[in-house]
Amino acid sequence: MINYRNGLAGFLCIILFILLTPSPSRAQDFIDKASIQGNFYSEANYYFSDSTIATEKVPEYVRANIYGNIFYRYNKFNAGLRYEAYMPPLLGYDSKYEGQGIAHLFLNYTDSLYEITVGNFYEQFGNGIILRAYEDKNLGIDNAFNGFKMVFRPLNGLTIKGIIGKQRYFWDYSPGTTRGFDAEWNILQTLDSQSATTIIVGGSAVSRYQKDKNPLYNLPENVASFAGRASLYSAGFFLSSEYAWRINDPSATNNMIYKEGQALFVTGSYSTKGLGVLLSGKYIDNMDFRSSREATSNDLTLSYLPPTTRQHTYSLPAMYPYATQPTGEAGALAEINYLVPRKSLIGGKYGTNITLSASIAYSIDKERLNDTTIIGTSGTKGYTAKFGKIGDEKYYHDLSLEVNRKISQKFKIVAGAAHQFYNMDIIQGHPGAESVKAFIAYADFSYRIGDTQNIRIEAQHLSTKQDKGNWAMLLAEYTVAPKWSFSVTDQYNYGNNDSEKRIHYYSLNLGHNQGPHRLAINFGKQREGVICVGGICRRVPSAFAGGITFSTTF
Amino acid sequence: MKVLSSLGILFFALSISVSAQQSKTLPTATVKTLDGKTVSTATFDNNGKPIILSFWASWCRPCIKELSAIADLYEDWQDETGVKLIAISIDDARTVNNVRPLVSARGWDFEFYLDSNSDLRRAMGVTNVPHTFILNGNKEVVFQHTNYTEGSEKELIKEIKSLIKKP
Repeated sequence: MINYRNGLAGFLCIILFILLTPSPSRAQDFIDKASIQGNFYSEANYYFSDSTIATEKVPEYVRANIYGNIFYRYNKFNAGLRYEAYMPPLLGYDSKYEGQGIAHLFLNYTDSLYEITVGNFYEQFGNGIILRAYEDKNLGIDNAFNGFKMVFRPLNGLTIKGIIGKQRYFWDYSPGTTRGFDAEWNILQTLDSQSATTIIVGGSAVSRYQKDKNPLYNLPENVASFAGRASLYSAGFFLSSEYAWRINDPSATNNMIYKEGQALFVTGSYSTKGLGVLLSGKYIDNMDFRSSREATSNDLTLSYLPPTTRQHTYSLPAMYPYATQPTGEAGALAEINYLVPRKSLIGGKYGTNITLSASIAYSIDKERLNDTTIIGTSGTKGYTAKFGKIGDEKYYHDLSLEVNRKISQKFKIVAGAAHQFYNMDIIQGHPGAESVKAFIAYADFSYRIGDTQNIRIEAQHLSTKQDKGNWAMLLAEYTVAPKWSFSVTDQYNYGNNDSEKRIHYYSLNLGHNQGPHRLAINFGKQREGVICVGGICRRVPSAFAGGITFSTTF
Repeated sequence: MKVLSSLGILFFALSISVSAQQSKTLPTATVKTLDGKTVSTATFDNNGKPIILSFWASWCRPCIKELSAIADLYEDWQDETGVKLIAISIDDARTVNNVRPLVSARGWDFEFYLDSNSDLRRAMGVTNVPHTFILNGNKEVVFQHTNYTEGSEKELIKEIKSLIKKP
């Protein structure tokens, strides 16, 4: 990764710059008038082995993820670095993270016209279909670029960006170099800044250069992709669309086919006080794009193709989460948020929030090139697909309803139900696995005692005849604001066909918050998913462990 | 060796921060309004009165609880202290389009911005949401809290009241 000597050299340069600045008062300013912010995060687990939940063997027992960011700002100048240590990485994170050092380092200058960054940076063009470099520590994703970024804002509303760099690959870099250009113009912000209507147009181009060392195929060394987008906001209406196209890019994820890729995302919404309606649709054909053609899983992604499905926050409705199929997928989502007015029959004294959501994902229609070539044969064009034509294999659906009601100042209830279809063969890549049809119901009761204490009970149930069968879950949480939280959870897989796998996934959590500091202690068995305990949400892998997490911001 | 050097850098930087006793001001970053206009955080303003800066996401249940709890008390808070709440959504492309309908349906009356590329989030060292800051009249960070538990909004208003009492 970044050689620590370079990190050191970088900081020495800054210090030298401070010391050599001619005016002593200015040098003093560099310290006095500067602003320093940052954070620390450390999570360490002790792993127990448990054959019933088939935990991975952890020979070192203890594993830890640690990082610290520090940002220095003085006038228009910014610098920052991040130290990371994975000793070794927690279960669920890629073992290639093992190691420690300065993983992120940048220098930046920002004024109202220019923004220049050298070193590591994150960036997104439009919705990120052809370029998105981002960081999500909970997911173990960090595909930051190392290189140069320039942003130019010549007019109010016009933003032009250019980047060149190599993406982070754990403690190394991508073999490919990415070049990108993006322009976005908010037309009415430039022409009439008082306008209540907004029209935005934008376009981007991204190209990857990677040497062709393949003995078998003659591969394109420069792979270009283009995207165009437009959006309109007016009087509560919002309409937005982005289309992207990429030249053929035989890669590990598309089985080395010489086919172009394309993707279309369309979203429309209407919002007014008490009502929000969202509709979105997408069509994706062979649009996986990475800064290395050999990369797989979540590594070195340039394209970001988000699922258009509801992101559930309760555990059991989030048990079978959909993942976009970049090689081909058509999907749609409709969601209505409605506030039943206060003091009405259904609304009650404080009003009731209702969310109704429906989403679906299908395959796209792929035709054979000819009678003798099967779809997706390496070294061929793979298949033909008529733009927008939906295939006949269903990947996913989710129909859900959630009601949120405040009964009194003290008592609140959330209740919901969902029906899901989950094509396990496609989404998890288990050929022949039976698709899961699940019905989930849940309720969340929250009762406040006095000014600061609160008791919350969650009850959830998932019923399915497939996969692991039925689940029941109960959570009890007691909090004393603003410092303490304590919770006990049990997820019980009582419906498993194999009676030995009818396991209680229990966990205990204790959290202490004081201003920017948070200390949490947890113990138990956890299955993969998004959990929210004591007010913090994050994604967790499955394990049987006891651990301590500490975080602070300064 | 590598670890020591790296830690050395961090501690060095830290020692600067401690010795300097500087104020932590609001970083300059570009965010977007809900109707798509690009705005610099340098334009955030409340005429010398305190600002609550709250990082949240549409998929984060505690965040929604916190904003709902504040919404119920917001008029009183504004009358008493003149405070303004600026809510920064860290929703990315997956859920950013949910923000507008959600905010409308809830009827929240705050100032909303989108930080889809997480530029402001990173600059302020925010790891998880909710993460709430209080800025004083000079837009310096004077208080922060990560997490929401029922009732912790009381701590916020207490901090704000003690802030406006100071000369």
